[in-house]
Amino acid sequence: MADPSTVMEGLATAGLGTEPAVPLPNTDAARSRLRWNVPLVVGLAIVILSTFLAFAAPWLSAHDPLEIADASLSAPSSLYLLGTDQLGRDVLARILYATRTSLSVACLSAALAFVSGTLIGLVAGYASGLVDAFMMRLLDILQAFPALLLAIALVAALGPNLPNLVLTMGVLFTPRFARVARASTLSVRERDYVVAAIGLGVSPIRIMFRHVLPNIAAPLIIEASLTATLAILTEASLSFLGLGVQPPEPTWGGMIAQSTAVMSIAPWLAISPGLAVVFVVVGFNLVGDGLRDAMDPRS
Amino acid sequence: MSLLRVENLRTYFDTRAGVMKAVDGVDLEVREGRTLGIVGESGSGKSVTALSIMRLIEKPGRILPDSHIFFEGNDLAAIPERELESLRGNRISMVFQEPMTSLNPVYTVGDQIIEAIRLHRRVSVQQARDRAVELLRLVGIPSPERRVDAFPHQMSGGMRQRVMIAMALACEPKLLIADEPTTALDVTIQAQILELLRQLRDELSMAVVLITHDLGVVAEMCDDVAVMYAGQVVERGPVESIFSDPQHPYTEALLRSIPLLGMTKAEPLTVIPGMVPSALHWPTGCRFVARCKNALDRCHREPPPLARSGSGYAACWLRESIPEGSQHGAAHR
Repeated sequence: MADPSTVMEGLATAGLGTEPAVPLPNTDAARSRLRWNVPLVVGLAIVILSTFLAFAAPWLSAHDPLEIADASLSAPSSLYLLGTDQLGRDVLARILYATRTSLSVACLSAALAFVSGTLIGLVAGYASGLVDAFMMRLLDILQAFPALLLAIALVAALGPNLPNLVLTMGVLFTPRFARVARASTLSVRERDYVVAAIGLGVSPIRIMFRHVLPNIAAPLIIEASLTATLAILTEASLSFLGLGVQPPEPTWGGMIAQSTAVMSIAPWLAISPGLAVVFVVVGFNLVGDGLRDAMDPRS
Repeated sequence: MSLLRVENLRTYFDTRAGVMKAVDGVDLEVREGRTLGIVGESGSGKSVTALSIMRLIEKPGRILPDSHIFFEGNDLAAIPERELESLRGNRISMVFQEPMTSLNPVYTVGDQIIEAIRLHRRVSVQQARDRAVELLRLVGIPSPERRVDAFPHQMSGGMRQRVMIAMALACEPKLLIADEPTTALDVTIQAQILELLRQLRDELSMAVVLITHDLGVVAEMCDDVAVMYAGQVVERGPVESIFSDPQHPYTEALLRSIPLLGMTKAEPLTVIPGMVPSALHWPTGCRFVARCKNALDRCHREPPPLARSGSGYAACWLRESIPEGSQHGAAHR
């Protein structure tokens, strides 16, 4: 056996270690792709602004969202910027406070679906065979129901409150993540680096979480922002139907529902919460589209 | 004493078209510290043999139950997956053909080497990192202290193959399987990687199974050679005798088809006529029969066993040493 120093000399004489050193490229290219991605920047701005408004609601609104003023159905004015509703409550304050409900339901349910869907998809895609078939058929059953109908049924059965809304919508959106995770896992598990890792003695669990998961993260993150959009719309729909967070807590769907009776004389009651929904939904959608562009390896 | 002994290895793939018998009764032996070259053309079962030894065969592939892969007293074909995990990357490692895709793109090369070390050794992250730097230096990567934090995409193919070798050697395995480690690299880098493998083999006194279709590489690197054809070993023996006195007509034909320096257009390059039979339908007799000039009647009927011939073993009825009526596998120990 040669001693290491002789080996190193041998290596040097064999012309080894003289391969030209490639300068480490920085990640400027990747950064500028993110920076100049207009949909992503605008979308993020909207999402951040909405989040800020939700947090700052108590300081931004001049009135309490539940406080009943003397003037009901008053048109937008300098005192009540967006007018008041049937009970004389400030519409602006109610919209700001409703942002809290909407965003928290959207983010929590998307997060719940992200975690459960990714787990299911990762296991199904990596295990394949019977486990895969069984899990995917369960999701097929879940997806066979019209989403909103299933949500109505579940919320009606569990009782309409915030945790139940999150739970219901989390279950409802799980298949979306599971399918994306499974499809990506199926492709990543065949990659050479996964086979190489198995060849180094890495256990299946570790392969899944350390070697596969980070490589399927991009499509899942995109799916998350698009699912948040869907969650906001679903939450608004459920609130509109009276199955969301219960009055007197303000919700956008609930405000629109209330406004239907007086829409001809007080259109601001329907327009402003409607615009709020559109604003946030467009924001999350732009983030999703922007991320998709930024993470697309072909761009 | 043999470190690895493969007996009657059969790896079949169940496909829609039928059962593909990619490896169909392979016998191999690797002695401690020696290098075995496995040669053969594409589709002869070289890579599947290597993957089978590591038991990295995925469904729809399966290793048949009467196959044996004896390594340090264990039968790798039979031990539970959990035990296999503790051997892979520790006692027995593998370097793959494609350095460009064999490293995980989301981790630095250092992280990946550290993982390879800490899977099998109880050391701290810092100790493992120091060892990673040392390994990168050993495989000839310049400024390893800096390179340890580089991502795979920041490295060239040759450097990535060096990293792969560093990972494979992290726990100083007794056996390294290198599956065409230089096929994807340019010629100059190929020579460097082979030189590196040779140096490391000698220094770490490990045995190597080198899979290649390049007979020149075999001549330079190997002590023993196994020639594979159509999912079987048709000849094996010491490298000098394979080159100087090939026993099997396929080996002979392979050696004749190497272009020589100084050849002119007047002398056409010898090619082996015909095609490798399909792994779905191997011929009943000798699998080389359709391409063999001297085939006997018997070659069409009975598969020849791998029997003593010259200084090694060959599976050919044309060799006189084979007694009439001897059965497959009976002639070698």
